[in-house]
Amino acid sequence: MTFIEDSNGYIATAGGARVEDYLALLKPRVMSLVVFTAITGLLLAPGGINPVIGIIAILCIAVGAGGSGALNMWYDADIDAVMSRTANRPIPSGRVTRGEALAVGLICSGFSVGILGLATNWVAAGLLAFTIFFYAVIYTMWLKRSTPQNIVIGGAAGAFPPMIGWAAVTGDISLASIALFLIIFLWTPPHFWALALYKQSDYGAAGVPMLPNVAGEAATKVQILAYSVLLVAASFAPAFLGVTGWIYGIIAPVTGTSFLYLAWRLRRADEPRTMKRIARSLFAYSLSYLFVIFLALMVDRLWQLAGWAA
Amino acid sequence: MTPVVQPSSSAVAEEAEIRRRRQRRNSIALGLVLGFLVLLFYVLTIVKMGPAVFTTRDL
Repeated sequence: MTFIEDSNGYIATAGGARVEDYLALLKPRVMSLVVFTAITGLLLAPGGINPVIGIIAILCIAVGAGGSGALNMWYDADIDAVMSRTANRPIPSGRVTRGEALAVGLICSGFSVGILGLATNWVAAGLLAFTIFFYAVIYTMWLKRSTPQNIVIGGAAGAFPPMIGWAAVTGDISLASIALFLIIFLWTPPHFWALALYKQSDYGAAGVPMLPNVAGEAATKVQILAYSVLLVAASFAPAFLGVTGWIYGIIAPVTGTSFLYLAWRLRRADEPRTMKRIARSLFAYSLSYLFVIFLALMVDRLWQLAGWAA
Repeated sequence: MTPVVQPSSSAVAEEAEIRRRRQRRNSIALGLVLGFLVLLFYVLTIVKMGPAVFTTRDL
């Protein structure tokens, strides 16, 4: 049997990986969120797109996101091995070599950008290429290990998919697509800082400068509340820009108020166990919040397309 | 560096068999991906050509 030890000391067997291990490199859970938000951008965009081209565009965005996930795992294998949440990923657990992860990442990224450009337009393909570059290079290689604001700026990478979906239809970037970008961009800090508040020791052990470890819990809770206010304000933008109807107009304020309430309770919680419990609730709620907001955008649009809107 | 323990010959044979099966599965998966890419480019080309692909021209 051939053992391969790379420069970071991770031992994997050549050809020992299963298909599932390669798929795990693509971060399927992140990919599902990317697909969901990209479909929303694609549906909300004015004009139409051939359904087959639309499906190919979504597939390309998903594979591009997967490629950037593989590049992230390739580069972050050292800190993934330290954190309990990521220790079982394919590279630190020795199922896939770093070289294989790099190859999967580059191939998925290259093919997804190329095919998206051929299928739709080069604005959408350029945005996808920039997203991959932003996530793999700007966030993973640079910001993540150097600044506690890593999540804020790096969050942009996860916010691009609805813009790419929109651009796949229209070939441009508009105010409404920027509003969709802003919702995810402003959602990312409270989501990840809530996680960081109850997983502080993990990030600390890995040497990742997350806000709670660097600025302290109190400052993190204030920033979570500030970003939550901005997020809820931004969530009204699609309604003001006339992209959505009454369904979104009802759901956005209701879910936003709950978000703000949790962020406010977290801000007021001083006792460590209570604080961690609320942080965990906020983290879980923020996931469902983003899902519900984008689902409302999608349903609202389908309602309009079906001709049921007034 | 992690020390490598020499396994017994039966364990080596068993491990080799597992690895062979995995490689076979990986090869099939890669073949399916390549086949899918061929189909994707074919469908993309037809769709990009539009309805005109079915139009015959009188010579």
